[in-house]
Amino acid sequence: MKTDILVDTRGMACPMPIVKAKKALDGLVSGQLMEVWSTDKGSLNDFQAWVRQTKHELVKHEEENGVYKFLVKKS
Amino acid sequence: MEVSNGLHAMTAEELARFVLDQQELFILDVRNEEDYRNWRIEGERIKSINLPYFTLLEGVEPALARIPADRPVLVVCAKEGSSKFVAERLVEAGRSPVYYLEGGMKSWSEHLAPVKIGELADGGALYQFVRLGKGCLSYMIVSGEEAAIVDTARMTDVYERFAAELGVKIKHTIDTHLHADHLSGGRKLADRSGAAYWLPLKDATEVIFHYDSLEEGREIVVGDTAIRIHPIHSPGHTIGSTSLLVDERYLLSGDILFVESIGRPDLAGLAEDWVGDLRETLYERYRGLPQDLIVLPAHFGQVSELGEGGKVMARLSDLYRSNPGLNIADEEAFRREVTENLPPQPNAYQAIRQANMGKQTPDEDEQREMEIGPNRCAVHDQ
Repeated sequence: MKTDILVDTRGMACPMPIVKAKKALDGLVSGQLMEVWSTDKGSLNDFQAWVRQTKHELVKHEEENGVYKFLVKKS
Repeated sequence: MEVSNGLHAMTAEELARFVLDQQELFILDVRNEEDYRNWRIEGERIKSINLPYFTLLEGVEPALARIPADRPVLVVCAKEGSSKFVAERLVEAGRSPVYYLEGGMKSWSEHLAPVKIGELADGGALYQFVRLGKGCLSYMIVSGEEAAIVDTARMTDVYERFAAELGVKIKHTIDTHLHADHLSGGRKLADRSGAAYWLPLKDATEVIFHYDSLEEGREIVVGDTAIRIHPIHSPGHTIGSTSLLVDERYLLSGDILFVESIGRPDLAGLAEDWVGDLRETLYERYRGLPQDLIVLPAHFGQVSELGEGGKVMARLSDLYRSNPGLNIADEEAFRREVTENLPPQPNAYQAIRQANMGKQTPDEDEQREMEIGPNRCAVHDQ
């Protein structure tokens, strides 16, 4: 799946991963895809809750060597 | 409390004073809803609301509407970053004073508040260390120039500093049972202090390090004028659970008997197997003890169990009147009460047991992570 924007927040602490992701998502149009990388352990629960609350779609999420990768589709 | 641009940091120690002294405080918890539901800061006069930080990125108006304008507010999150982020915006919106919790819930979970319980016969003293964030209680028994620590928490430096201030040497660390809700600091503190580490034999069948067997009939002596600690086998929470009779006045009950509840039998095996033990300990063994003993448990589950100055203690005879777990006459009803509808288990309880046996050696970050959340060792915890 081709993503429209990659937001790399590795090394950043909460709340920055979601602050950066929100900013990037604001610049997309409906249906576009954003990928976010984060090394913050708390971001897994927070991303799921944030996407649910903002009614976007968490297409998938995975963890690879301590890096959480989220794929979010703008509503 | 440091001031910079109208924003104040509050340490876990400062927050502890609000809980211990039953002062009023309003908390805005900005963690996600699940984390808040699961575990939060509580106090007799603490009111808290939950608005996740990611609902406040467009602006803090939703929070402003729900925070009393004329009172201080403390913003809390898991580590600190998000609470500071939200607190700064509240200050920008004209609110004052606004605090954020330094180190977040992680620091809160690790804070220990020492409270003096009373003097001992020979001029010694007994201190309770209240871990408010997790509901864990540990103890320091001091006599002459020696000390014994019971149910030591992972933050061993707190006891070392306290002993140094009192000018006493730590000679014994004792665990009343193999803990499932928190990582024991008993062995580490014993190693660092050249002390003996005591653990009940029956809970130690799988441990892979040296320990002294905590058994009935043995006696632990603290100080030269001899404060005696008598172990009393009191199974039910674990098979080896052992209570400690200190100075013939205090009963350190471990996780068997709490102020408003009793220990759950399911964390280290099959609840059904240990119901009989739990029943016998609480309804026969403890009944046979002097009823004016002061019970000092290893946990509290509700803030209502915190007494004057934060002390968690009660007279045994009073507990036989007021504690619901000691007032179930019917054995079958008792069995159902302690095996059915139990609260969720403590976070990572299996891994915590493994680590307390020495079979796993998590690093500092992993240890913190494992201990997140309340202790949940009582039958009636939420």
